Amino acid sequence: MSPSVPILRLADALLVSIQVDLQDDDVMALQEELAQKIVDTSARGVIIDISAVDIVDSFIGRMFSSIAALSRVLDAETVVVGMRPAVAITLVELGLSLDGVRTALDLEKGLAILARLTRARRPLDEDDPGYDSEDLGDPVPSGS
Amino acid sequence: MPASDTATLPICTGDDVVRLRQLVRTRALEIRLSLVDQTKLVTAASELARNTLVHGGSGSAVVETVEKGGRRGVRAAFVDSGPGIPDLDLAMTAGWTSGGGLGLGLSGAKRLVDEFDIDTEVGRGTSVTVVKWAR
Repeated sequence: MSPSVPILRLADALLVSIQVDLQDDDVMALQEELAQKIVDTSARGVIIDISAVDIVDSFIGRMFSSIAALSRVLDAETVVVGMRPAVAITLVELGLSLDGVRTALDLEKGLAILARLTRARRPLDEDDPGYDSEDLGDPVPSGS
Repeated sequence: MPASDTATLPICTGDDVVRLRQLVRTRALEIRLSLVDQTKLVTAASELARNTLVHGGSGSAVVETVEKGGRRGVRAAFVDSGPGIPDLDLAMTAGWTSGGGLGLGLSGAKRLVDEFDIDTEVGRGTSVTVVKWAR
């Protein structure tokens, strides 16, 4: 359990807002708890808000990549939002590439990305259960 | 290089790594490192403290303010009595990892600071010292 990081439900997405300096065990616990919550709530998206986070080191960076990969396997998309400029500069110099992690400047833009991705897949999911969810990079017109 | 307000912290648990990050940030603020330099130093310290914990088993960190030629800086030294690093050149290669991590710890930390010294001996332990100077 990581009581320090609440996981909130926001429509069909989960919002994780990291507000405190996490130690590595908390980071691992958060990852496990999030996987369980994705399944329990059938969430289609995960937003990780790091606007209050003052450093992202290789361990936390790896967690973002793991959560992105994990949620993809559980049929959800992950967007990391609110990265501070100094954190971005440091990440690049550290050599961390955040493989497979989508980012947005703020929560609003992150939600817009999720809405676009989930709108794109929903009609296809209904029409064609065998649809391969690999190919979701571009928005697909829906509902019209 | 007169040192002041030297603090020594044990690095034995994950919470110690968090405390170390906070101490380094406090020192960085005191000497008015820029926000980007603070972030780089604290990130480097976090990587090195984790190395001390994970690879060294446990150890300690000494954090102090230093001065040279009118410039102030923060120096952090990480010492463990762990197994040491058999092949330092390899360990300093970006992307190389002895297991689990991304292999960015040592090489990444080095890029984030102004001075980086490492002393390691197999069977005796490892000590890494970094300095970040105010501009």
